[in-house]
Amino acid sequence: MNDIPVLTTTVDKMVQWARRSSIWPVTFGLACCAIEMMSMSASRYDIARFGAEVFRGSPRQSDLMIVAGRLSRKMAPALRRIYDQMPDPKWVISMGACASIGGVFDNYALVQGVDQVVPVDVYVPGCPPRPESLIYGIVQLQKKIAQQRRVPNAAAAPGDRQSA
Amino acid sequence: MIDAPTLIARLAAMVPGASLEPGSDTDQPTIHLTADDLVPVVRVLHDTADLGFSYLADLTAVDWWPKEPRFEVVYHLASFEQSARLRLKVRVPGSAAHVPTLKRVWPSADWLEREVWDLFGIVFDGHNDLRRLLMPDEWEGHPLRKDYPVQVQVPVRIGEPLEGSEEEFRENIEMDRRTRGILNS
Repeated sequence: MNDIPVLTTTVDKMVQWARRSSIWPVTFGLACCAIEMMSMSASRYDIARFGAEVFRGSPRQSDLMIVAGRLSRKMAPALRRIYDQMPDPKWVISMGACASIGGVFDNYALVQGVDQVVPVDVYVPGCPPRPESLIYGIVQLQKKIAQQRRVPNAAAAPGDRQSA
Repeated sequence: MIDAPTLIARLAAMVPGASLEPGSDTDQPTIHLTADDLVPVVRVLHDTADLGFSYLADLTAVDWWPKEPRFEVVYHLASFEQSARLRLKVRVPGSAAHVPTLKRVWPSADWLEREVWDLFGIVFDGHNDLRRLLMPDEWEGHPLRKDYPVQVQVPVRIGEPLEGSEEEFRENIEMDRRTRGILNS
């Protein structure tokens, strides 16, 4: 048994391993958190080692949207449109205090948390979060993806979000 | 040459009947005016060759609520030939917040006045195109007033209506398909 070079697994596990090891974000830096996101993708902290090789310019080619920064009320429809253009499976990380809950700006101009506009998988606190914090958030997302099922839920209605 | 009393002396000669007061000149000379004198004084400042204030650097407002007159519209001018700056201030009451427009003197005042209207509610007479600039188009209220509730509870709009009709949309798709390239005809 020990010298046969065969590994058995489930299709689910293989697919989820592939998906979580190659999460490509779409460029969605809104404000100051974008600077920390840039430094996370640069050489010192380097998310390419975790599979996020490139930031895709087009939402059609990406898996992850890191909402990095304040979302103003006027920008909310544009955010929703970019999210809708991403193909399934897709995930959202809300980076920083402003994206998570409105941050220090409790006023008429900003949306108090992007989860009023898109469904969020991981919230990363900080103002801004250090690059290591954001990498921790991405690793937590990878753990979340490992638990998800590949096969869509048969009981779900069309249009339900199924990040399988 | 550029300090408020000297300028006021020259302007009073050229715009008879104007009531001009010097203001604090810690950083720039400042002149306080009334809304009625604004356009003649600005014309003189802009058109006179040796004064030559050809640059409107900023146009903004201050809300002094609950003091009356409530609003103070502030203009920052600059003259390149003289390397000089000048600040003009106009106080208007809250119940009648009207100021003449300066967009025919400096075209950049167009959007600056739209912004002041959007955020303070001060009407610029003669502008004819005062609409929202920073806030969403259908917003109600003027957010930078001191009595505005900052923490509004307004639901977020996440969808926008289609800008054309459905027929236009289908026509555009057809036209794209026809003109896309030689191979795809």
